[in-house]
Amino acid sequence: MPEPKQPERLIDDKGLRIDGRRLDELRPIKLEVGILDKADGSAYIEQGKNKILVAVYGPREAHPKHIAMPERAVIRCRYHMAPFSVDERKSPAPSRREMELSKVIRESLEPVVLTELYPRTTIDLFIEVLQSDGGSRCAGITAASLALADAGIPMKEMVAACAVGKIQGKLALDLSDAEDKYGDADIPVALVPNAGLVTLLQMDGHLTPSEFEQGFSMALEACKTLHAMQREALKKKYATMKEVAEEKEEAEVVA
Amino acid sequence: MVIVAEPKNVVAPGELLAEGDHLLGDNAYRIGTKIFSDCVGILEIDGNRVFVVPLKGGYIPRVGDLVAGRIVDIGLSGWSVDIRAPYEAMLPASETPGPRGPRRRDLSTSYDVGDMLIAEILAFDRTRDPLLTVKGPGLGKVATGRVVEISAAKIPRLIGRKGSMISMLKRETDCQITVGQNGVVMVWGKSPDSERVAVEAIYMVEREAHTRGLTDRIREMISKSRMVEQVAGTQTA
Amino acid sequence: MSATPQLPPVARLEQKTVVDLLSKGRRIDERTPENYRQIQVQLGLIEKANGSAQVFLGKSKVLAGVKIETGEPFPDTPEEGVLTVNAELVPLASPSFEAGPPSEAAIELSRVVDRGIRESKAVDLKSLVIQKGKKVQVVYVDVYVLDHDGNLIDAAAMAALGALVNSKVAKMEVKGDEVVVKGGHHQLPLNNYPIAVTFAKIDKTIVIDPSLEEEQVMSARLTVTIDKNGDICAMQKGGLSGFTPDEVRKAVQMAVVKAAENRAKIMAAAKG
Repeated sequence: MPEPKQPERLIDDKGLRIDGRRLDELRPIKLEVGILDKADGSAYIEQGKNKILVAVYGPREAHPKHIAMPERAVIRCRYHMAPFSVDERKSPAPSRREMELSKVIRESLEPVVLTELYPRTTIDLFIEVLQSDGGSRCAGITAASLALADAGIPMKEMVAACAVGKIQGKLALDLSDAEDKYGDADIPVALVPNAGLVTLLQMDGHLTPSEFEQGFSMALEACKTLHAMQREALKKKYATMKEVAEEKEEAEVVA
Repeated sequence: MVIVAEPKNVVAPGELLAEGDHLLGDNAYRIGTKIFSDCVGILEIDGNRVFVVPLKGGYIPRVGDLVAGRIVDIGLSGWSVDIRAPYEAMLPASETPGPRGPRRRDLSTSYDVGDMLIAEILAFDRTRDPLLTVKGPGLGKVATGRVVEISAAKIPRLIGRKGSMISMLKRETDCQITVGQNGVVMVWGKSPDSERVAVEAIYMVEREAHTRGLTDRIREMISKSRMVEQVAGTQTA
Repeated sequence: MSATPQLPPVARLEQKTVVDLLSKGRRIDERTPENYRQIQVQLGLIEKANGSAQVFLGKSKVLAGVKIETGEPFPDTPEEGVLTVNAELVPLASPSFEAGPPSEAAIELSRVVDRGIRESKAVDLKSLVIQKGKKVQVVYVDVYVLDHDGNLIDAAAMAALGALVNSKVAKMEVKGDEVVVKGGHHQLPLNNYPIAVTFAKIDKTIVIDPSLEEEQVMSARLTVTIDKNGDICAMQKGGLSGFTPDEVRKAVQMAVVKAAENRAKIMAAAKG
């Protein structure tokens, strides 16, 4: 694979980004639910070139017993990138970045899971980034919510996440890896819409408070859009079975 | 009082179901006047009560439930039983039938690791693992038959309204079927073929639980399979 | 794998006390929600380091030291020196810290402090080049938490900045095969002075600079790092719950004000 070079410009004369998107446009997104056989719940997301698989196991008995909590389930989360997921091969050993992301991703989902229903158990979330192209923690959270729902784990609502950044002085939605690398700021945000709570918020780069305000609002709106997509993906998965059965019924009536 | 989502349709966690002072049933919660779902399931309205029947989910033990499980360990005074729940169950020796007394028995002569049991949940609360008993009619070790594991969330559908689905299955397949609330179902048939049809029917219920006309479709599937069986039987005879 | 941390069994009575007092606008240590605890900064305690700073934030104590050595630049930045920031939660600082590989809390602390310094471009990395593409100076910032009474992020960030402000560096040059000291030591050139400001959400109140007791009952925490121009260079939310968008906006506004106040304390210590 050829080494990617620094792009000359991140925004062209027409106001379009390197991949042809407008500043306020999300990358194309594909969501699939329940694609793994052994996991209790699973989901897959493609967002731009990001390809991320999430599996949920649980609630299950806590092993070792001493990590269990008497009043609620423990949520364990592992965000991990495959060695071939990035331009330069990444060692399979967990990096400090992956450890930090595992923590903030877990903390973004904790508020919605009804953990009090399963004391002394663990709910394990495994996020495997098969291909990474910027915004993988947000895409991971969006897919993880679906995987938890697919596992039948009661949750108040699903969490959707999206990042906003600054490229060439302008705020842009859903940065790709190149835009994050050569841009001036990155704000990943996760939103729980009904409760109106921001459960993931990080920022690195340089923003004036008013730029932050603008970008923050942009990210919150995008989260709402993603939330609708999550709901659709979930319903589609379960409605299909209903349609197949109804088609069979109709075919038999006609025959 | 307004119903917002469509009853008998799939709803997602966090989806707005209704607004007003409805009664809350299972898997529905309230913020202010709004009622939301907490799982993926089918929205049901029963009079004034709003609830969601989950499409997926593991088994949460309840006192009084009939469950089928496998012995995984033998301890000093009882057995550890895997009942496909997030908690391992315990069957104390005192909860098995038979003479009691000072005579020490080797517990494995009664039930050994790997044995299947049908048991009842005697006790369960937040602070300790479920306690089982096999004292009672129909309870105890299972020596033969097929074990079918399906999602515990689909067991109510497998049993059916007033037992209609399970009675039909037993009748049409001519099999004995014991349904564990934990999603483990035991099947005994007069022949491997009739057991196979029963097993297939159970998986079909799991797959198509939330569709209309399921009972009729299953009855048809069973009768078709039996016809094939009979034809095959007459050809080889 | 990140797991929900075992919460220390906080007596419900104490939790209730904190919440009740807050509903009246007071905190257990008599502060108002917008006040920091007393901050004391001492620079230059460790003579063997290029620079050092000790920060007392209430009863929390953090010591940071800077060592500057020679090394190689990263391949994609041949004209820049290297900066690495690390924070340690040493076992003597708290009954809950264990010896061993860094916990996720230590890693998060390191990375948040690093982000503030790196993204604000506080250290002039270009001034650290000795021979382009081959030899540069590497600035190691090591932050040691010595006593944990809450809000280690702000204390660690202040200590790291103080140590950098206190740092002296020698001019180096290449002579033949070796890198030798060219001239005397001078202050490490800094372009920015980032300050982290941390908020905790307890019930419905937002308090600044949570003490350990407050951290044990808080539902979420938000750190906003502000540079010398009042701009944001890092943010990090932590904890099991979340903030409303308005709470975030208010926090940013207050962080700008408080960062300036705390920065003044570091600069005053540097002059003294």
